[in-house]
Amino acid sequence: MTTENRSSTIRLNRVTKSFGDVTAVDDLSLEIREGEFLSLLGPSGCGKTTTLRMLGGFEEPTSGSIYFGDVDVTHVPPHRRDVNTVFQSYALFPHMSVADNIAFGLRRKGMSKWDAAGTVADMLTLVDLEGRGDRKPTQLSGGQQQRVALARSLVNHPKLLLLDEPMSALDAKLRKTMQIELKRIQTQVGITFLYVTHDQEEAMTMSDRIVVMNHGRIEGSGSPREVYEHPATEFVATFLGASNLLAGTLETATGEFDVTRHAYGSFRSPRHRTPAGLSGSVKVGVRPEKMALQPAGSPVADSDNSLAGTVIVSTFTGVGNQYLVAAPHGEQFVVYAQNSGQAFAPRSGEDVVMTWPVEHTFVVQPSKAVPAEGDSDD
Amino acid sequence: MSAKRGRWLGLYSWLLLAYLLVPIVGMIFFSFNDVLAGRPTVTFEWNGATLRWYRELTNVVGLPEAFWLSIRLALASMVAATVIGTLLALALVRYEGKRFRGRTAIDQTLFMNIAAPEIVMGASLLGLFASYHVARGFLTLLLSHTVFSIAYVTVTVRARLQGFDRHLEEAAGDLGATPLTTFRLVTLPMIMPGVLAGAMMAFALSLDDFVVSNFVSGTTLPFPVWVYGASRMGVPPQVFVFGTIIFLLGFAGAIASLAMSRRAVKSV
Repeated sequence: MTTENRSSTIRLNRVTKSFGDVTAVDDLSLEIREGEFLSLLGPSGCGKTTTLRMLGGFEEPTSGSIYFGDVDVTHVPPHRRDVNTVFQSYALFPHMSVADNIAFGLRRKGMSKWDAAGTVADMLTLVDLEGRGDRKPTQLSGGQQQRVALARSLVNHPKLLLLDEPMSALDAKLRKTMQIELKRIQTQVGITFLYVTHDQEEAMTMSDRIVVMNHGRIEGSGSPREVYEHPATEFVATFLGASNLLAGTLETATGEFDVTRHAYGSFRSPRHRTPAGLSGSVKVGVRPEKMALQPAGSPVADSDNSLAGTVIVSTFTGVGNQYLVAAPHGEQFVVYAQNSGQAFAPRSGEDVVMTWPVEHTFVVQPSKAVPAEGDSDD
Repeated sequence: MSAKRGRWLGLYSWLLLAYLLVPIVGMIFFSFNDVLAGRPTVTFEWNGATLRWYRELTNVVGLPEAFWLSIRLALASMVAATVIGTLLALALVRYEGKRFRGRTAIDQTLFMNIAAPEIVMGASLLGLFASYHVARGFLTLLLSHTVFSIAYVTVTVRARLQGFDRHLEEAAGDLGATPLTTFRLVTLPMIMPGVLAGAMMAFALSLDDFVVSNFVSGTTLPFPVWVYGASRMGVPPQVFVFGTIIFLLGFAGAIASLAMSRRAVKSV
């Protein structure tokens, strides 16, 4: 590892943060690579905002340390950290103009008002707010205020930009636009972004890497595709997208496949789709869009897993059909079939066979409790 | 029906205004009243208009001194009470639990400070100064006025602080401002309307305080105490002139404060 590489990495080393009896962040270790767009994804109360606040210097870890490169910044106050934050409430200074808000950081570094003005104008252009510099923040719309908050942080060229659910106050349509906009800006300025959100779609759209958190711990991490296709735990499998899961016992068979025995028989799954060190009680699963339905009794291909069931609900969504299928013991599976003109479209009440390729079958560690997706900050 | 009700409401408002204004207007009016014979004292019989009392404003022995003393006293106690009261409000809102033991006790004391009869405070302050042999004069007046003004400043500033978004201060720190700079550039400007309102209240409380001042003034007589003393022999007409000046100063202050808060509302 080169020294240059080391000096630009941000590391959390076994960080724990407790508030009284409540452990918000539990022995968390994480590396943030230079220039990446990293999302901390999890339900409210999972510790993602506390993690962000410790990186920003607003909270001190109860134990563990935080390094920027080789420098231990665990106890360095916010104003001496090369990190900037976009707050959920934006926290724009209401008594200052938009330009003064953006210039605030530059002025603290001793830049004159005159020198700052040019840089501020460039930032306003970057966030598409040319000529709005002399407005007061309250005279701008929510989306514009958010871009001011972004500009105010980016203008300082921090090592790391922290974003605390910055889109939660925006409506759905504006959110979509801002997601693309934010990714564009990040690519353009090349600053490391740490984005905290409970919105899995937001995390998937923008991130180079996603870290899924629950109960103060990391449940899984990787590129959006990795995390989606190879969920490490039941929590990740259900929080990030939908999954059909069945409890079973993992048996390591010979060859390249694992076998999970369950109430209806067994499923095969590729060895590499089982997280290392897993054995005994597991859950075996598949994503709804990887499955297909066949008429009951029809032959199943050798490369597929299959399970018989009865269609309970069939919903036409335009781009596809969504089926709710019940297995004989009552477990329900969601099957998603794209509307590509294929013929078999069973009605509710019809007996079917669910099939899916063995290669899309994954095995996860069961989670104790899976909380529903929250919509507030933690 | 609503037009009728509106008319009654209008009448009521005018009557109330008149009730509030009559003493003040009377004072201003009779500050132009001439005195025909003898030692000049205030009378409420109209003897013709004159500017004589305005011209001879400083002719009464002791009165200008008392007036200036009151102004200086009001300014000094305003500054002291505003600084202490604002910091106290910040402490009360920001710190609790282990970081601020005795918070509840201070809170209660503030309430008592406002609720307690002034005469009790005056008498006890006199007792305190007397038993420690503190010579009564400007210092004892300043200490006493500061004490009874702090609570008002604290209550006013605290109300302003309650709706304050703490993220604003975090954002300032995040952008490289030291805690002191954050206070100067973010916290203070945001709570300034509350601080100014508290300061004006402290100034007004000090300027017209009689009860406490009477106990702790000794031979250093502030304006209200001087007027009380003079009233036994007849109040010189210049007192009305000074009263008019004080009223106009207060009026100008109120207008300025209104204008400023209008501007603040527009910009925030």
